[in-house]
Amino acid sequence: MRRFLVLLPPFAWLLALVAAPVAILAGIALSQGAPGVPPFLPPVSLAAGWQGTLENILTLVQDGYYAGSFLRSLVVAGVSAALCLGLAYPVALGIAAAREGWRVPLLAMVLLPFWTGFLPRLGAWIGLLRDGGWVNGVLTGLGVTAGPLPLLYSDAAMYLGMVHAYLPFAVLPLTATLLRRDLAVEEAAADLGASPWVVFRTVTLPLSLPGAAAAFLLVFIPAAGEFVIPELLGPPEALLVGRVLWAEFFQNRDWPLAAALAVALLVLLIAPIRLFQRLDEGGSRRGASPPSRVGGTAADGRRPGVLR
Amino acid sequence: MRRIGLVLGLAFLWLPILLLVGYAFSADRIPFQWGGFSLRWFRALAANGRMLEAAWLSLRIAAGAATLAVLLGGMAGWVLARHGRFRGRALFGALAGAPLVLPEVVTGLSLLLLFVVLQGAAEAAFGWQLGRGATTVLLAHATLGLAYVAVVVQARLAGLDPALEEAAADLGAAPFTVFRTVTLPLIAPALVAGWLLAFTLSLDDVVVASFVSGPAGTTLPMLVFSQLRVGLTPEINALAAVILALAGLLLGLAAVILGRNGRGGARAG
Amino acid sequence: MAEALLRLEGVTKRFGATLALDALSLEVMPGEFVALLGGSGSGKSTLLRIVAGFEAAEAGRVLLQGRDIGALPPHARPVSMVFQSYALFPHLTVFHNVAYGLRRDGVARPEIARRVAEALAMVGLEGFEARKPAQLSGGQRQRVALVRSLVKRPPLLLLDEPLGALDAGLRERTGLELRALQRATGAGFVMVTHDQAEALALADRVAVLQEGRLAQYGPPQVLYERPATRHVAEFLGAANILEGRARPDGAVECGAGCLLRPPRAAPAYALRPERIRLVAQAPAEKGVTARLKDLAYRGDGWLAMVALPGGAEWRVALPADAAPPAPGAALSLAWAAESLAPLDA
Repeated sequence: MRRFLVLLPPFAWLLALVAAPVAILAGIALSQGAPGVPPFLPPVSLAAGWQGTLENILTLVQDGYYAGSFLRSLVVAGVSAALCLGLAYPVALGIAAAREGWRVPLLAMVLLPFWTGFLPRLGAWIGLLRDGGWVNGVLTGLGVTAGPLPLLYSDAAMYLGMVHAYLPFAVLPLTATLLRRDLAVEEAAADLGASPWVVFRTVTLPLSLPGAAAAFLLVFIPAAGEFVIPELLGPPEALLVGRVLWAEFFQNRDWPLAAALAVALLVLLIAPIRLFQRLDEGGSRRGASPPSRVGGTAADGRRPGVLR
Repeated sequence: MRRIGLVLGLAFLWLPILLLVGYAFSADRIPFQWGGFSLRWFRALAANGRMLEAAWLSLRIAAGAATLAVLLGGMAGWVLARHGRFRGRALFGALAGAPLVLPEVVTGLSLLLLFVVLQGAAEAAFGWQLGRGATTVLLAHATLGLAYVAVVVQARLAGLDPALEEAAADLGAAPFTVFRTVTLPLIAPALVAGWLLAFTLSLDDVVVASFVSGPAGTTLPMLVFSQLRVGLTPEINALAAVILALAGLLLGLAAVILGRNGRGGARAG
Repeated sequence: MAEALLRLEGVTKRFGATLALDALSLEVMPGEFVALLGGSGSGKSTLLRIVAGFEAAEAGRVLLQGRDIGALPPHARPVSMVFQSYALFPHLTVFHNVAYGLRRDGVARPEIARRVAEALAMVGLEGFEARKPAQLSGGQRQRVALVRSLVKRPPLLLLDEPLGALDAGLRERTGLELRALQRATGAGFVMVTHDQAEALALADRVAVLQEGRLAQYGPPQVLYERPATRHVAEFLGAANILEGRARPDGAVECGAGCLLRPPRAAPAYALRPERIRLVAQAPAEKGVTARLKDLAYRGDGWLAMVALPGGAEWRVALPADAAPPAPGAALSLAWAAESLAPLDA
């Protein structure tokens, strides 16, 4: 009974503000647009019965504009995640190799930008990349380029923004995996004659793959639906799902089509989300017992007791 | 060699932020161009009524949403960590985790549609004219924050010996006393961290707020976003410096609180 | 006869498909130190948790001083428990850890201070009041956990592997302290352990659990010298298990050249290695000639692995002062008839 009282408020909240909205979203994806407020007819009404349509879904499949935006989003998300992973490896290895007292501060240094505001950081890139900006100034000043390059509103700027925004997401799981590894295994490999690079390639890298996969997905999933970064830094033609959905909703006021885009995006992301959740469960289960090496912050008395 | 990668990575993360803060003190009206030291853009910011109004609204929404999120997310985390199996657990876990993985545009649009449907229903049933604005943003942000708090609290509880709560009961503490004297003090750091996380998320969110807000609910990120679409202004630059300083202050405070809490348990470790 | 302190009647518990406790009955007398001994999965910890109230029995009754406490929640039961992990509250000082139960009982503050000081003095932890658990050594934590439970003066203290987390060197001394504490307080102790030496050394009575059932319950000497089953014999120290064909005259053939004259007929017999002596000439019915296979030095003597003519292998304890025989040597072994313990299963 008491347990029920604790369960009820969050469960009711989640049903009302997570489950119901997604159900309504699916319903409106099947509805017809109509002039008025709100600009759609409900798919089922007491007066008219079924008045829904599959038109919106069909549009997404048949119109190359929408299909292309999905494809572009997946490519951009994949490239962003790969870039983050490539940069996260040296950072995570550096943190894991640091002395014990340094690990927590270093990890905090990586995570702190996440707390300093998403928009200010994008603002910084806008200022740095514009024609008369800092980056162009340095490039011209060093004689690398003759005049300012059109850096802002390019794919490169968009990827820079993506990597800058999501890098901490990739470093965290990777560092956690690398810190959990048994260093004796690498020492054994070295003892058996492997050079440092061979140790990394044959032992460290394969053992860190679950963490790397989690890092990749942790970037890929939000990046696939990203709106703000391509909008502020990307070229106008970088029409990703997030931007197309935004335009359909705010500019064209085509709510059913926007809802259909959202449902399609969800369907596309179900597989990576499930994969991530499985990796996450495995990771936390593995991480539950051995003492963390991230310094002495964990309270000592919390080793789970073995009962029964 | 490993140190080089780490240093380069940290430089990549921090250089733009540090430059932004530095140039906030430049007198030049073109951002990232040094025109001598000046506080003029901070003064301009302090005189900008729209900006201050939006900031005050955002702070109130963030505080309210974070508080709601800690209450509900704390319960959710406790349920997930300590309830064992029950009917609907899979659904509950999936719903609690959904806001973490749903794309922002999907969360924003679906919540807006919910509010629109509710508005329609309220008008049809009772003739109520409900508007959208700060309240709907707060509800949306509380939902996002709930998911994050639940994760943090669940992780903290999972790391706690369940025998601690049993020991308290064994020593004569009734269930609520167990919660008050043992569980709550031990998960307090997680609740503080969760509150800060939910607060920051709310202060940072453009997309969900843009969807669910109404005419009277322009939050600070919405305002900043609309200006950044045109380009970076020195005023935004100064604002970023202020936000950074506040974030640093809050985080430092949290680190001191959490550090003191954590060290008590780890000194002999 | 006095009334039992704790009486379990037909307690049954299932976890899913596995039967953790199978209609188990057991009595603990006031002031008695009982050890519940068994391997993992024997049900010993489940039994403790049922008495403490953390698990509910499916069938059977739990009586404390004659009163059925089966329906009471843990906080309303007058028993106290010492957890294997100690479960010291990491956010409270030693003083507040020990005072926790007294405060829940509404004891007045001056009285709490007096009793906590008294309890800490009992285990030599005066001056540690202000420390947090993380600032204590393993042995100190164990003692805080003990007095935290004992300060409430429970009639019955439950201990879940109380020495399990300690270093080997500390275990023996702490065990003896535990027993002294039990004698001093007069409380009944029920201790779960998987360590047979610990159970034999500390307990007044040992209950050997096997697959949720009570295999044997009695004083340590009886369990060691007269194990009822093969499982008990093998669980408590080393034992040579002798099986053989009974002859009409009551003797039992246990292989070529091995003839037993047991006190009574049974499917098998246990013979402890230290009950076997090395003799000049093996007697016909209470001895055998065997070949030495291997020898291990154990400080207090030698443990010899010997092969019998029939192929069976026995372990024999040899005194340290004797010159060790060479491997391959023929050994004449003998034992007293009463050293053979008949095993019923």
